[in-house]
Amino acid sequence: MIISAANPHIDWLALAPELTVSGVIFLIMGADFLFSARRRWQTSFIASIGVLVALIPVFLLAVSDQRSRSMFGGAYVVDNYAIALKAFFLIAVYIVILLAVNYIAEGAYYQAEFWALLLFSVLGMMVMASARDLVTIFVALEMVSIPTYVLAAWRKHDLKSNEAAIKYFLIGALSTAVMLYGMSFVFGLAGSTKLSDIAGYLASTDAQPLFYMGIFFTLVGFAFKISAVPFHFWAPDTYEGAPTPVTAFLSVLSKAAGFAALVPLVLIAFYQSQDAWQPVLWALAAASMTLGNLAALRQTNVVRLLAYSSIAQGGFILVPLAVAAQGRDAGEFPTSALEAVIIYLLIYGLMNLGAFAVVIAVARRTGSAELDSYRGFYHVSPAITLVMALFMFSLAGIPPLGGWFAKFVMFRAVLDAGTPLAITLGVIAAVNTIIAFFYYSRVVRVMIMSDLPEKADRSPLKIPAALSTALVVTAVPVVVLGVLPQLFARIGELSRLTF
Amino acid sequence: MKEFLNDWGLTLAVFIPLVGALAIMFWPKSQETAQKSIALATSLLTLLVGVLLLINFDYNSSGMQFDVNKQWIPLINSRYHLGLDGIGLPLLLLSMVIVVACVIYSWNHFPEPQNPKAFLALMLILATGMNGTFVAQDLILFFVFFEVVLLPMFFMIAIWGGPNRQYASIKFFLFTMFGSALMLLSFLALFFLSPERTFDIQELTALGGAGIIRGTQNWIFAGLFLGFAIKVPMFPFHTWLPDAHTEAPTVGSVLLAAILLKLGTYGFVRIAMPILPDAARDWAPWIGLLAIIGIIYGALCSLAQRDMKRLIAFSSVAHMGFVMLGIATLTDFGVNAAIFGMVAHGIITGMLFFLAGSVQERFETREIARLGGLLTQAPKMGWILGFTAMASLGLPGLAGFWGEFPAILAAYSPAPGLSEATFRTFMVIAAIGTVLAAGYMLWMFQRVAMGEPKPEFAAAHVHDVHNLEWLAWTPLLIAIFVLGIFPNLLFSVTDESVVKIFAVFGG
Repeated sequence: MIISAANPHIDWLALAPELTVSGVIFLIMGADFLFSARRRWQTSFIASIGVLVALIPVFLLAVSDQRSRSMFGGAYVVDNYAIALKAFFLIAVYIVILLAVNYIAEGAYYQAEFWALLLFSVLGMMVMASARDLVTIFVALEMVSIPTYVLAAWRKHDLKSNEAAIKYFLIGALSTAVMLYGMSFVFGLAGSTKLSDIAGYLASTDAQPLFYMGIFFTLVGFAFKISAVPFHFWAPDTYEGAPTPVTAFLSVLSKAAGFAALVPLVLIAFYQSQDAWQPVLWALAAASMTLGNLAALRQTNVVRLLAYSSIAQGGFILVPLAVAAQGRDAGEFPTSALEAVIIYLLIYGLMNLGAFAVVIAVARRTGSAELDSYRGFYHVSPAITLVMALFMFSLAGIPPLGGWFAKFVMFRAVLDAGTPLAITLGVIAAVNTIIAFFYYSRVVRVMIMSDLPEKADRSPLKIPAALSTALVVTAVPVVVLGVLPQLFARIGELSRLTF
Repeated sequence: MKEFLNDWGLTLAVFIPLVGALAIMFWPKSQETAQKSIALATSLLTLLVGVLLLINFDYNSSGMQFDVNKQWIPLINSRYHLGLDGIGLPLLLLSMVIVVACVIYSWNHFPEPQNPKAFLALMLILATGMNGTFVAQDLILFFVFFEVVLLPMFFMIAIWGGPNRQYASIKFFLFTMFGSALMLLSFLALFFLSPERTFDIQELTALGGAGIIRGTQNWIFAGLFLGFAIKVPMFPFHTWLPDAHTEAPTVGSVLLAAILLKLGTYGFVRIAMPILPDAARDWAPWIGLLAIIGIIYGALCSLAQRDMKRLIAFSSVAHMGFVMLGIATLTDFGVNAAIFGMVAHGIITGMLFFLAGSVQERFETREIARLGGLLTQAPKMGWILGFTAMASLGLPGLAGFWGEFPAILAAYSPAPGLSEATFRTFMVIAAIGTVLAAGYMLWMFQRVAMGEPKPEFAAAHVHDVHNLEWLAWTPLLIAIFVLGIFPNLLFSVTDESVVKIFAVFGG
């Protein structure tokens, strides 16, 4: 057999964001060697500035005329969808770095390694956004996951942190195995790992039961990643045990990375055989929303509450995907569903990162994430309370805060599909929106309406610059986007998938 | 001037309060007088814009005036479309006047735990939501303003409310949110099923449900109905109202009764009925039925109440029943009456809640059984209470009459296609409701104001009406009187627009 030795076509600009992040990772590791222990905290600067530098090529790609750049035989595509998600990952990780700077510097943890691992995971996400091939998706997913197993255990003297990491690792490994098993069926029948080839195969032949099994296992693997019910049970423990900035990272970026691959898988590769994935996603969405919300009602720890809330929010993001193929003519691309997923992810990311920023700020005073420690926090810091109220009500989807638009585009996708199955899911989502308000508002009520405990420290709260920057860059968009959603909607509108 | 108002009038009317709220938020906490002054200035400035709109309003036109139609969210075809017609104008002005009265009234008595800064900021945000709802001509814009009202009222009840405030506030919020979630689904269904994909209320009204099959129309109407009926509130969705009113601080109750309830009835007049006329015809008898159940049930409950505020809250259920009965007839006569009823109820019940608040402040109780002899201890306040109670029970010559009587009359001949027998039955039952209204209002007045003060308060020094109270109340009292004598002042404003919109029902 002769293997073609021709050099693959490489578009360097298309790869520039990934290459930049790789370069930054090496810089950080190098700095770790060169810097004395006293100066090692400065590696966080390299990480944050490096992330911003990597945004430059992303921006250049966004404004360039070439709408889609395909490489490696179509396995790696830089289209608007990929660009939008890469920009999101970079901005979100920048916020995570802001959240983590003081946490890591003050906690006697390894420093350079933390930033390097964080960026390595983000590198995997950026690859994920471009991956249009089963193998590339798998490699990207491992790049995303493996560093996060280590990050979850960063508080290594803390039993809960170790528990978090072990649970996360075992479940992660299991889900990867299940997913690979499913992918092997798909490859075996379709004869290709490329998503567009799989779509071509489905268009030409009727899918066999074995193929259905392949789709099912692949989806189950992703269901673990995005912590959809009933594959969610690792999430609350992992979120609670992991260092809070890592939890923020997992609940926003890691989840978004799962969706980044799930969307092309469903909308490109498996789109034709909707009987296979539609019921699965429908059930996952309904169960995640309902059980996530009901479990969140009973939480007494804010991080656990946010964990269940993020499970429920993941359910909301699944809704447009689940109804994507409903009520459509053949060959019509489900634009409203894609827009809904992207817009929801972006807005969810902002408000959830903001909520974690508040959790970190409060924990600096109280050293706890228990809801009881939030009692009367209004008297300590009205500003933090106001910002938390913004994030909580935004997560609940109340106009005029950003979250309403996310919910709105989700409902829009449902009504666009318009079939009874879709409407049923829409009504489930509507009911869940109301349940969710109950626990989101409870956090705010505790902060404002309960009395501050007698012995509590009443001195004004000092928030480090990095953390307050993170609060501002999340809170301001949440308000502005609620009033002028079009600023963001453009991104969703432009993020067309190409295949 | 006219041109400036055409471009900016409505935008200013909506957003001046918001600017004021932001200014108060960023003002140093210690300077309370400055914050109050900002709130007063903003609300007065908003009222000034309202008066200018009133002066420049063309009373012979039935269409939208001061129309602004700009791009807002092109992705979903939603536009920043504001407009004012004869239906919106009285309600917009009512909202502006009530907010000014509330700012003045709360000047020196902020409820516990004080914090005028937050209280006034919330009140002004509330004003933005209320004014916006009455002028929005795009369903999504309407939805956003409709919801903006929720959070400030939630906090007003939850922070400054009575002992049971947590329960009342969350109940208020969840009820309304449930309704508006389904309402939003209906809006989206309208968007996707209409031949033209639009959220514009004018365009959808012109379409009048064309292209949507009857069964689907009825389902969409069900969503709209729930959204608005919970807000009104109609029986059996009214249970949040007595709790919210009882626990809310005085000003919160006033705003809730005077304006927030009108958002629901306004929604029926502006959106539900005109956009889906066929479904409206199917639903009208049922709406009428719930309306008269509300009238009788509200009145009977009022008779049984021991707390002044709770009594007034249940009387609101009854009064809003008359308004809904007027709307359910689908005739221009009935809808004119309904809008009059909204304005009259807004002023009168707003006044009653002010009075209940002032009584509570003086006696530290609202329990009717413990009160008595207000006329001897604070005669002016006693007479104001008497005057307002008379207006509330629908005494001819005062504003309340013109909301109830024509609504009952309209039920005599409902729009073509509606069963006359049914609506005439409704008419008779509603008429009985007015008798009950006289019963509970007069009984309340008698127990609170007449007779001798109860022993526990006999020695207490009770201050009669304060200057600030005079300032806040006088405009409302004058309005009750003037609208009672010259109802045509209001009917002539609303009639053109109502006739235009309800012409589709052929009534």
